[in-house]
Formats: sequence, structure tokens, C-alpha cells
Amino acid sequence: MSSAVDPVCSPTPQRPFDVGRVREDFPALHQRVQGKPLIYLDNAATTQKPRPVLEALRRFYEQDCSNVHRGVHTLSQRATEAYERARETVRRFLNARSEEEIIFVRGTTEAINLVAHSFGRARVRAGDEILISAMEHHSNIVPWQILCEETGARLRVAPINDEGELILDEFERLLTARTRLVAITHLSNALGTIPPVREVIQLAHARGIPVLLDGAQAVAHLKVDVQELDCDFYAFSGHKLYGPTGIGVLYGKAEWLEAMPPYQGGGDMISSVTFEKTTYNRLPYKFEAGTPHIAGAIGLGAAIEYVTALGLDAIAAHERDLLIYATEALSGIPGLRLIGTAREKASILSFTLEGIHPHDIGTILDHEGIAIRAGHHCAQPVMERFGVPATARVSFALYNTREEVDALVTALQKVREVFDL
Amino acid sequence: MNDLRDLYQEVLLDHSKRPRNFGVLEDADHHAVGHNPLCGDKVVVYLRMEGDRIADIRFQGQGCAVSQASASMMTESVKGKTRAEAEALFERFHELLTGTEPETASPELGKLAIFAGVRKYPVRVKCATLAWHTLRAALERKAEMVSTE
Repeated sequence: MSSAVDPVCSPTPQRPFDVGRVREDFPALHQRVQGKPLIYLDNAATTQKPRPVLEALRRFYEQDCSNVHRGVHTLSQRATEAYERARETVRRFLNARSEEEIIFVRGTTEAINLVAHSFGRARVRAGDEILISAMEHHSNIVPWQILCEETGARLRVAPINDEGELILDEFERLLTARTRLVAITHLSNALGTIPPVREVIQLAHARGIPVLLDGAQAVAHLKVDVQELDCDFYAFSGHKLYGPTGIGVLYGKAEWLEAMPPYQGGGDMISSVTFEKTTYNRLPYKFEAGTPHIAGAIGLGAAIEYVTALGLDAIAAHERDLLIYATEALSGIPGLRLIGTAREKASILSFTLEGIHPHDIGTILDHEGIAIRAGHHCAQPVMERFGVPATARVSFALYNTREEVDALVTALQKVREVFDL
Repeated sequence: MNDLRDLYQEVLLDHSKRPRNFGVLEDADHHAVGHNPLCGDKVVVYLRMEGDRIADIRFQGQGCAVSQASASMMTESVKGKTRAEAEALFERFHELLTGTEPETASPELGKLAIFAGVRKYPVRVKCATLAWHTLRAALERKAEMVSTE
């Protein structure tokens, strides 16, 4: 084996994380909202896009715009190369074994629906069970409910404690001989909890049960290595990772994907078609019917290269500092109740203010130029678990600063003043 | 802070903190449930009709200051009015929140004119109209839940 350093795999030399310099890469951050400098703290909903991503999109549409996998002409070859290079970038990002295991989809929601349809149709029967957790986003609940309705299978839900942590004993008890799949978040969008996914996977695998991780929130904040995790499926969206909307990824172990029937039929997913018999294309194309979001995939590739160059560890350390700083600062505000106080958390602070509805908090903060999310965060069962109709949610990205947290605290005091509290 | 005070006026805050006609109306003959799935707001409107007239009205619910104050002030505004008068008032109210005409509230709106401030916050219009949509459903004896979506 050659000892030469592979230029693709060698770690990029990283400068210390400089948030001021990083912010320069994001044009959208440098605007005023309601006459105040924008403070964008709604990153769990979507992130802003750095220049390299915007440039990759522009370059594709200005120079390489063409369809993939079909044309013999130069533009089509360029588009195909760029699209497949993006797939290789994703493979490296997740440390998947092969590019065959990387399927481009619209987003996390479509990735989960793909598994529910394809894996579900092939392997789930009446009386079988799908196990999820009580902290899931609707997109990791509803596809399984639909599957259960169609097949007569049963949806089981592993409970969480008052801190918003998965109760592992209860989870283990719910793994039965009928469990066909475990589907669980890698980072809760409503609570910020990072469940013990390694233990979850080990417990499930000990019983031969595959595990899907919903990585919609996790990928931008945690280093993900699908081989080390040994998860069977991993789903994420590009737009929460500084990439474009409308593009996402389903990672699946090749042995599962090979055994699964196609999700959608159409062009690109076939190798030959007659009216009598159609032969499906090889992986990953079997699951990519129709013209894909080519520009989106290329943009996602650029986003991954961007965060990889900064270093996921450096980003995580910066965000951890912000989370600790903000948790302490917010705890000092009278009447503020944090929803989700798990020991293992990242990037998200969900809270309520006594006597003030989150929607009113959202409007008043917007008036201060601060963007947060107010509502149930597409996780109504979580809201019910904590006995609140909604929460206000602050979610951090790599470009947020301590100064922004200070401005948030000042603005939250203002919210209380408006309500004469 | 000034245009924020256009939205969060003293009257609105007062009604949201101390809602009038709040609770179940025991002898109601009409009621309806309203829901705003966007923010989870929920309101139940109870009516006791005497012929075509709203003899009594109460509401229950939880939600933001705008939705709670709107429900509270609505109950005060429509009590004793006929169905047609209540409907007409809703039309005026809706026009006040969403209309393109200058913000001169018509005199019959009375105190409801304070909701003119909502106009600058289009996403909050649903908060202010939830109780009214629910009232309309209750008047029509609609059994199903109404939704602002």
C-alpha cells in the first residue's frame, strides 16, 4: 500500500475558528430588519447560505446547466461530473463505504418516506411494529403512521423523561420480536436532545432490527460517521447544513438498498424498459427517478466542503460555547422555563416565558431584528409531553456570537416590559 | 417601541390578562371549537340564542395575547346582537385587519378599533380572527372543528 498522502483525504489545515471572518461569508447576515441589524437565531428551521454555495449554484446555471446521465455533449458531461462529485463529497462527509449508498432526495422528509414506502412495503406486515421515540419531528412520525395504517402494523413510542431524554430501559422493553425497524432522531429539533444513538443501535442490532437515524438537525452540529454509528439508514436535508432547499440525502447500507423495491418509477432509475418487463438501474440510481435537483446536489456538495474546511469539531466547540453561555444567560430571566434540559444537547434552546405566549415573544423579538421560531416546531407530541401549547425556540449556527445572545437577553427583557411584567 | 405599542395596546393587554366572559356557558345551545394549527391556539365559543339574538356568550381557550384579547373583546361586542349584526361586525373587523382602505375604523367597531395595529403584522391576522371564525361556526351550528388554515 502506498504511503503517499491522498490529497482528497488529508485533513485541511484549520485556522482557529474566527466567527467574525466566517460571518463575512454569509451575505444574508448583513442586513437590517425592522431597522435593526439582523440576528438570525432560527437555524433549526433553515440556515443561511455561504458565498461558495451561492457561487456553485450560479456557476452551474451559468455554465454547466444541462441534464445528467444522458447527454453525450460537453455540458451534460460537466453536469454529470459535478453531480457525481457532490455524491462523493456526501459519501466522504458521512464516511459511507460506497457512493451506491448515497441517494439524493428532496430532504429528510422524502428520505424517511422513501424508507417507509420501500422498506415498509417489502418487510412490514400486519402485527409488526415500528419503534420511534416521543421526541420525534412529525416527519419521523407520520410516514410510519401511514405505513401502519396500510399494513396493519403498530407504531410504538419510546417515552422520554422530564429533561427530554430518551428512557433507554423503556426503549429496550419496547424492542420485541415484532419490531421491524427503529426510527429515531439524532438531535431533537424541539428539545435539542442528542439521544444515545450508539446504545439504541446496539440494542436494536442485538435483536437483528435495523435503525434509521433522522439527522435533519444533527448533521450541521455533530460529526457523523455512519460506519462507526453502524446505523442502517441516515436521513438529512441540505438546507439545514448551509446548502440549498429541495435537496437532501438518504444513506442506506447497500445490502438493505439492494433488497428494497424502487420508491418511484420513471427515467434514470431503469436500465431497460419494454412493455413486458423493466429492469431497474443499479444503486443508487434505482432510487433516483426523474431528473434530480442537480444544482441542489452541487450546492450541497459546496456546503459540505465549506463546513468540512472549517471543521465540524471546531464548529461544534463554538456552538457548545454559545449554548452554555445562552443557557446561563436565559436562566436569569424571571419566569423563563427551559423545555429540554438533557445532559447531551446541542444548538437548541426551547423555552416559555410565564404569562407571555411564544407567538407574542416571536413578534416582539422580530421587532428587535431577532429571528426565532415560535410554535410547536412540528413536534406536537413533544409539546403535549411538557404540557405547553408551544415554545419559543432559539437555535444556533456556526455564525452566531455571544454578542447576539446578549442582544437576545436584552430583547427578552423588553418583551417582559411590553407585557408589564 | 412605538409601533409595537400599536399592536400591544393597554386595552389588548388588559383583555388578554383578564379575559371577559371566560369559561363554559352551562346553558349554551350552540358551540364551536376553533384551532390555529400554526401556533396551537385553541378557542371554544359558547352561545345561548334567543331567537335570532345572541343572549349570552362565553369562550374558553389558550393562545397568544392577540387571540385571547380578540376573543374577550368579541364576546363583549356581540352580546345582545342579532346573527346578522354579528356577521356584519365580523366583516368590518376583518376589513380593519386586512383591508387596503385607510385605517379609519368604522364607528360601530367601537373598542375593536384597537386591532388596527394588527394590520402591520400580517401573520398575526389569524390570531385576531380565530375567535370570530369560531363564532361564525357556532352561529351556523357547525359541529366540526374550524381551522384558520
